[in-house]
Amino acid sequence: MSDAPALEAVALGKRYGHKWGLQDCSIRLPVGRIAALVGPNGSGKSTLLRMVAGITTPSAGEIRVFGHSPQDQTVEVLRQIGYLDQERPLYRAFRVQEMLKFGRLLNPNWDDALARGYLTELEIPSDAKISHLSVGQQAQVALTMCLAKRPALLLLDEPVAALDPLAREGLMHVLLRSVVDDHTTVLLSSHAISDLATICDYVIILSRSRVLVADDLDYVLASHRLLLGSREQPPDVPPGVIVISTTHSERETALLVQVEVPITDPSWRVVEPTLEEIVLAYLREQQPKTPVLSQPRSGDLGRDTQ
Amino acid sequence: MESRASLINFRLDSRSGVAPYRQLADQVRQAVSLGLLRPGDKLPPVREVVTQITINPNTVHRAYRELEHEGIVEGRPGLGTFVTARASSSLSSSDRTMLLQELQNWANRARSAGVDNEGISALFAAVIQSKETNAT
Repeated sequence: MSDAPALEAVALGKRYGHKWGLQDCSIRLPVGRIAALVGPNGSGKSTLLRMVAGITTPSAGEIRVFGHSPQDQTVEVLRQIGYLDQERPLYRAFRVQEMLKFGRLLNPNWDDALARGYLTELEIPSDAKISHLSVGQQAQVALTMCLAKRPALLLLDEPVAALDPLAREGLMHVLLRSVVDDHTTVLLSSHAISDLATICDYVIILSRSRVLVADDLDYVLASHRLLLGSREQPPDVPPGVIVISTTHSERETALLVQVEVPITDPSWRVVEPTLEEIVLAYLREQQPKTPVLSQPRSGDLGRDTQ
Repeated sequence: MESRASLINFRLDSRSGVAPYRQLADQVRQAVSLGLLRPGDKLPPVREVVTQITINPNTVHRAYRELEHEGIVEGRPGLGTFVTARASSSLSSSDRTMLLQELQNWANRARSAGVDNEGISALFAAVIQSKETNAT
């Protein structure tokens, strides 16, 4: 494999009629990362995953998977991708072993021993009918089908949605082990942000069809701070920070800000936010009808313009 | 699948605010200084840790790398990561007993002054954290 990133998108966009499903999306995901794709429903997560998988054709911009275009070099790209749709496409009337046979016939790189190994470990009998398995087991089988292709890039659309905590953990363990064994790059969308914080090392925040953040988790955590100050006499916003969101409790104003240099102003209490707090701050700010930040509210007394 | 129990059971506290790789490295350091991990002991392989605590493998690698830099562990290619002979020498068992005893006395005094466990942890954390800020 070359030095090309696992995924590179430049000004990528997809339009459905008059509406953009994804717009001006630029991402560079290095090989070997586990990337979290977060954002509200309808923000463009599935659209992005489907363009990476070559299922959806972009309306604008460029996309490369390990240096190849999913549209023009479909075979090269498809061979390297495992894509798990939200719907977990399994043939419900099939038995588990028939699903495996199906995978074996369709994929030249199919690793049958690996698939059987996982299923044995997960205690899923190979003669069981898909429709008789629990939702969690179906998810395990679907992920096993993806992993048996030995993909270099794994795309998972809401892999843990509708799974109970134990099934969720089991699925993540299979995924993480495959990352250890095969150095798979993973791009997964999920709403379970607090779970993602320990699993992922790259974060992509989408909202209203746009990429708000796409960077290393470490950098994202290091470059954001939560500033807490008096609500009655809010201190001035420190120079050089970008306010992402403002929230108020009865006595306190909390600013989630993006920072380049440490904040030394003692009138703010500076706290390191969690990934969840950062993500929510970005998404909150994108909500329609959010009042304009840093503008004095009509109820603020005794704060004349300087 | 039966496997030999690990010598250390990692834990992750998602609310602590401490970076996960640092939590792992701290737990190894702590186990070494308490004598729970001894020179020659093998740290659990990354493949095992990721399923023990559902964590990104790169985070485990990073923790082990940091410990390696500090000379607490060493990687032996193809075999794994082992606690070094140097690691435990920092604290003799008599020193350890003495420090523990002093801490126990201090905790007793705190309790009789009406401080609960949470308060004791907070005081202790405040001391440790202020030391860390001084060091950096």
